[in-house]
Formats: sequence, C-alpha cells, structure tokens
Amino acid sequence: MRTAAQPTATGLEAAQPVVVTQSPFKERAQAALCDRSLRQSFRGAMDFLTAKRAGVFDDPAEWQALSQLGEHIRQRALSKLPDLLEQLEHRCQQNGIHVHWAESTEQANQVVHGILAQHQATQVVKGKSMVSEEMALNHYLAERGVACLESDMGEYIVQLAGETPSHIIMPAIHKSKAQIAALFAEHLPGVPYTEDVDALIQIGRQVLRQKFLDAEVGISGVNFAVAETGTLCLVENEGNGRMCTTVPKVHIAVMGIEKVVEKLIDVAPLYSLLTRSATGQIVSTYLNLINGPRRPGELDGPQEVHLVLLDNGRSQAFADTQLRATLQCIRCGACMNHCPVYARIGGHAYGTVYPGPIGQIISPHLLGLQATPALPGASSLCGACGDVCPVKIPIPALLTRLRTEAARPANEQPHAMRGQGANANLRERQLWRWWRWLNTSPIAYRLLTWLLSRARHHLPKQLKPWTQVRTLPRPAPKTLHELMRQRTGRTS
Amino acid sequence: MQDVCAKQVYLFGTCLVDVFFPQAGMDALALIEQAGVRVHFPDAQSCCGQPAYTSGYPDEARRVAWSQIRLFPNDWPIIVLSGSCAGMMKHHYPKLFERGTTQWAAAQDVSRRVVELTDYLVNDLDIQLNDLGPAIKVALHTACSARREMETLQCGLALLDRLRHVQLMNHEREAECCGFGGTFSIKHPAISAAMVADKVQALLDCGAQQLVSADCGCLLNINGALAHRGEALQGEHIISFVRRRCEGGV
Repeated sequence: MRTAAQPTATGLEAAQPVVVTQSPFKERAQAALCDRSLRQSFRGAMDFLTAKRAGVFDDPAEWQALSQLGEHIRQRALSKLPDLLEQLEHRCQQNGIHVHWAESTEQANQVVHGILAQHQATQVVKGKSMVSEEMALNHYLAERGVACLESDMGEYIVQLAGETPSHIIMPAIHKSKAQIAALFAEHLPGVPYTEDVDALIQIGRQVLRQKFLDAEVGISGVNFAVAETGTLCLVENEGNGRMCTTVPKVHIAVMGIEKVVEKLIDVAPLYSLLTRSATGQIVSTYLNLINGPRRPGELDGPQEVHLVLLDNGRSQAFADTQLRATLQCIRCGACMNHCPVYARIGGHAYGTVYPGPIGQIISPHLLGLQATPALPGASSLCGACGDVCPVKIPIPALLTRLRTEAARPANEQPHAMRGQGANANLRERQLWRWWRWLNTSPIAYRLLTWLLSRARHHLPKQLKPWTQVRTLPRPAPKTLHELMRQRTGRTS
Repeated sequence: MQDVCAKQVYLFGTCLVDVFFPQAGMDALALIEQAGVRVHFPDAQSCCGQPAYTSGYPDEARRVAWSQIRLFPNDWPIIVLSGSCAGMMKHHYPKLFERGTTQWAAAQDVSRRVVELTDYLVNDLDIQLNDLGPAIKVALHTACSARREMETLQCGLALLDRLRHVQLMNHEREAECCGFGGTFSIKHPAISAAMVADKVQALLDCGAQQLVSADCGCLLNINGALAHRGEALQGEHIISFVRRRCEGGV
C-alpha cells in the first residue's frame, strides 16, 4: 500500500490523494509521470525522432511498397526459420566462424564466458547489443572477474550511471545534457564539468579509444544474419561497432535466432527501413558486413569469430502462427517513438529490457506472462505503433491476443504461452459474463439502460479512478431505444 | 409514386450513444431520412462487443457479437454512429468466428456492410448541407480506431467543410490518442490522465468554440476531463452539430 504522489504536470493537480495497491509497473509509471524533467526529455526526443522519420518517409507510395517488401522478407525468413538457421550455421562455419547455440540466457552467458576463459580475457569491449542486455551479460561477467566496457556512447553513459537502456536505439535518451555532464565529471578523473555536447563526446571517445586497444575480446550484437552467405550485418553510427569487431583478437557476436534473413539481397531494403525508421537517417554512418576472421594477408580483423544464437523464449512465439509476427521485428524503435504511453512514462517504467510496444509483445515470450502481467494491458490500442512499424507487425492485435492469454485460466485450453492466466481473475471474469448476459438479453439491457436514464440525477458523482481527472458522464433523460420507440409509436 | 423506400439502411446506435448521446441517434435518423433513405433500428441491439474483446475476453465478445449479427438479416448497409464500434464490427467480427462456419460467413457479411456514419453521409449519400448558423470555430477529434481502422478522418473533415460558416481549427497532436482506450483508462488511470490532459490542453489552446467527434468513448473521456477542469467547452457528436447547423442553431 502506498499513497500516490501527486503529479504536477499531468492535470492531476486537483485530484485527491488516494491509497491504492499498485503493481510494480504502475508504481514505476506513476513515478515517471511525476518526473517533469524525464517527461520533457522523452517528449522532446520522441517528437524530434517522429519528425525526422516523417521527413525520410515523405512518399506514402514508396513507404508502402518498401514496408511491404520488408514484411515479406521477414515473413519469408520466419517461415523457413529452422532451415535458415541450419544454413546460417553451415555457411558461418565454412567462413571460419564458430557457431554456438543457447536455449536460455544462462547458457548464452556460459558460452561467452567460456570463450573468454579460453583466452584468459579480463578486458572486454562491447558494441551496443540488446541481446546482451537481455542476457545481463555485463553483470554475469563482472561476477566472474571480467570487466565489460560499453563502447556505444549512449550505453557508456548508462553504464557509468549504473542504469539500463531506456530505449533500444538511444539508450541514454532519458538523460539531460546536464546529467551527463555531471556524470562525466564525477566518474572520469580530471574531467571538468561541461555541458558542451561536442566536448562531452570527445571526452567519451578518448576514454574508449584506449580501451579498444587494450581489450582482448570484442562483443557485438547482430542486426541481420544472412543464411545464404554466413554474413553478420552490424548497423551503427559511431564506429565503435567496427572497433569492437576488428581491433581485439577475438570477436563474439550474440543474436536472437529471429535475426536471420535468407539472402544477402534481403539486407538492403531492411537496412533502409531500419535506419529511416529508427533515426530518420537514409543510411547509417557504418554498415559492417562480417564474413569471418582475418584471412591471410589481411591487415585487420580478429583471429577468431564466434556467433552465439540465442532462443530465450523466441521459439514459443515462433510456434504460434499469430504470435510469430512478433519475431518480424528489426529493432528500429519506431513503435516506441510514436507510442503515446512510452512518450509519457519512458523506457524504464516497463521494467523490461525491451520497452514500449515491441517490449510489450516480446517480453512476455522472453520472461513469461507471469513476470510481465501488466504489459499487454498498458496500451490504449491506439494503433500508432502498428502504423509506423516498417515490417507491419500488427502490434495492437498481438496485444489483444496477449491480454486473452493473460486472462485465460491456466487450466483452460492447451498452454499457448508461459505464464498463461497471469491475470486470471474470477471477479473480472464474472463481470464480463454478466456484461455478456446483459448485452445478449434485450429486455434486461433495455431495463438497465432505462434505469440509468431515470436515475441520472442520483448516480454517484465519484467513481475512481475515472473521476480523479474526469467528471462522471451523466446519462441522457431518455435512451435512444426509448426515443426510437416513441417515434414509431411502439410501446414496450 | 414516391421512391422513399428505394434505399434502406440499418442504424446501429452503439451502447454509448444509447445511454449518453441518444439525440445523436435521432439526428442521424433525421438526416438520413431527409435524403430519402428508410432507416431501420433493430430494437434488440445493444453493444458491439468491443470492451470484452479488447480486454482479453473474446468468448464473451463472440456471444455478444453473434447476438448483434443476427439483427441485420437484410442486405442493407449498417450505419454505425461511433467509429471504434464500426471498427470492431468491420475488422474484428470475422476474426471471432472459425473460418468457414456459417457464423463466420454471417460475420463477414455484416463486416462488408458496416459503414461509419460520416463516411455514409459523405461518400454514399453525398449529403448537401445548408448551414444556417452563425460563424463558428470548430475542432474535430477523431478516434484512433476511426482514423486508422476505418480511415474516416477525411469524412469528418468533409462533413464540416460542407458547413459554410464553420471554421475548422487544427489542434496540436490531433493524431494522438486521447487516452480513453476502453478499459485502458480504468486499468492505467494515471497514464490515461496524462494523455487526456494533453489532449484537453491542445483543444483549449486551438481556440475552438465547439468540439465535435464521431466517437463517443473519446467524447466521454475528453468531456469528462474538460468538465473536471471547469471548462465551458464540451464536445458533442458531429451529427448533432451538423443537424443543428442545418436548422439554424448555433
């Protein structure tokens, strides 16, 4: 039990304090809603990104055609997923890449740590990888005496602050310039406080440059893995990804099994959709195509490349023809940028590695509905996410489906999902049964609506939580049914 | 011979219109009849089933949907007074039933015939409006489901455009959700409150003297928030506004 703090910027000023039992999600959301600076940061950043994206998708016909192609490529890949993964493994091995399979994040962590142990590596640099966040890899390695340094500027900031990313593309989007300046001044020896963005970036780069040279192993994610050629594609803007994958003598790439595409030619349209949807860029500064370790005569590149393929609940989504669409995602973050809920509560409120609409549909597969019961419901189903999704994932439909899975008791029908029935609630169920009965019994329906109209002046004025920020609507003196009957001269 | 019965339509009021905006139903009836179309209002109609559907209770939604589907046996258009309910009937009814069954076929048939009211007035009836009211500044709120599922944004705009003395006021974040979302506003009241607060502010800032919408859930949400703030501005169903203008009202 807690007393909800009063937000100041939400229009809740006049609301009475209420004592409510909150879910952890609601508590985090409430805290975020009360944080004026956080809300300004997100709103500003999301508006900026939304406008940038709109600027590069200014031709509706081209957008339509390209996103249809993207959807098709992703669906085709998923329809042959097991075969393509085998082909990817085979081609990668031919290219000299060591391929490892991991069913759980624990297994994936063990694989990564095993490789590090083989090389007695204690210094690791990492390019931005949401899968490694999913694995909580940094934490796992730190416990085993390996320091893993984030090399993406946003991730580096978040790591310095001891936080997690709040956005999958822009991990530190929740931080203001001043907060970053303070963070650098506090944590980096000899660095003065400055809010000059260019200076801050230079400071970060200098710290990282030496780390790239010192690191024994570089870890990266994968944006697309090409089954046809055994190529790992890495999209980035800062060059840190290229440093991580070429400077250290060992490179370990970690990816979710859904990231595979069939052909090299599939990469171009997906890449275009990704950069334009994510940051409004026509192309990113770097696109790395990694085909294996350094070959004889080559001047750079690692001597050893490993690929870790992680399932972690993805095959559960894959097994269901509707839920499979979740795996079409190319992790552009456009759904977050356009989500009115995300824009107001930010990424941390979701309490999961992947926040926002995509997080709401993928996290229940990764963690089970038991661990994510609030996520499917935390959407007004406005459809903005589905609208902007470059590969046409029907996010609102998937959220509705997950709500059904969460509400359906675990003993009812075969388990489609881990944690099915997480929100099963007998009272709510009874309420909907009663609602159904009412709406399928014309006489009862008309009687109740008639009673509501007659009791309009005697209905309660307060009905929380609705009336915390709204007055309760008052029924009209006569229902439409009554007016219609009067008109046609019929009587009941 | 009068040809008033050449065209016939069903009117689906929706539960919110029934209880909170019944005059909108009567106004729709009047305007459609003026165009020479006979309107049928099946007496046993209640709710489209959307609340249960979006809350994760498709079985209950299916039962309600089936009770409604059977009320429209003739091959006439089904005119729906609220955009999101029209979206439910058009896009989700067929999904509720097993493909190939007779129920599914009936749901498909209803889905095919569902038309949102403003869409019907503008695109089917091509209704001509004689605006007798004084000059007025109006803001239009379109629900997300109406805007996206039903694509009726242009119809609402077109309808207002046919009223000569009405000046449309654009507001900031027009395309953004008002925060209603059915049970979302109950389950996540704080987030919903933040959303409706921004929507209300934008509507007030745009200087509109009148707010109209073809979506009753949003209207309950926005009107409630406006009233809670003590604002005079209140939204009404677009059809009531249109009819009043044609009869010389403000």
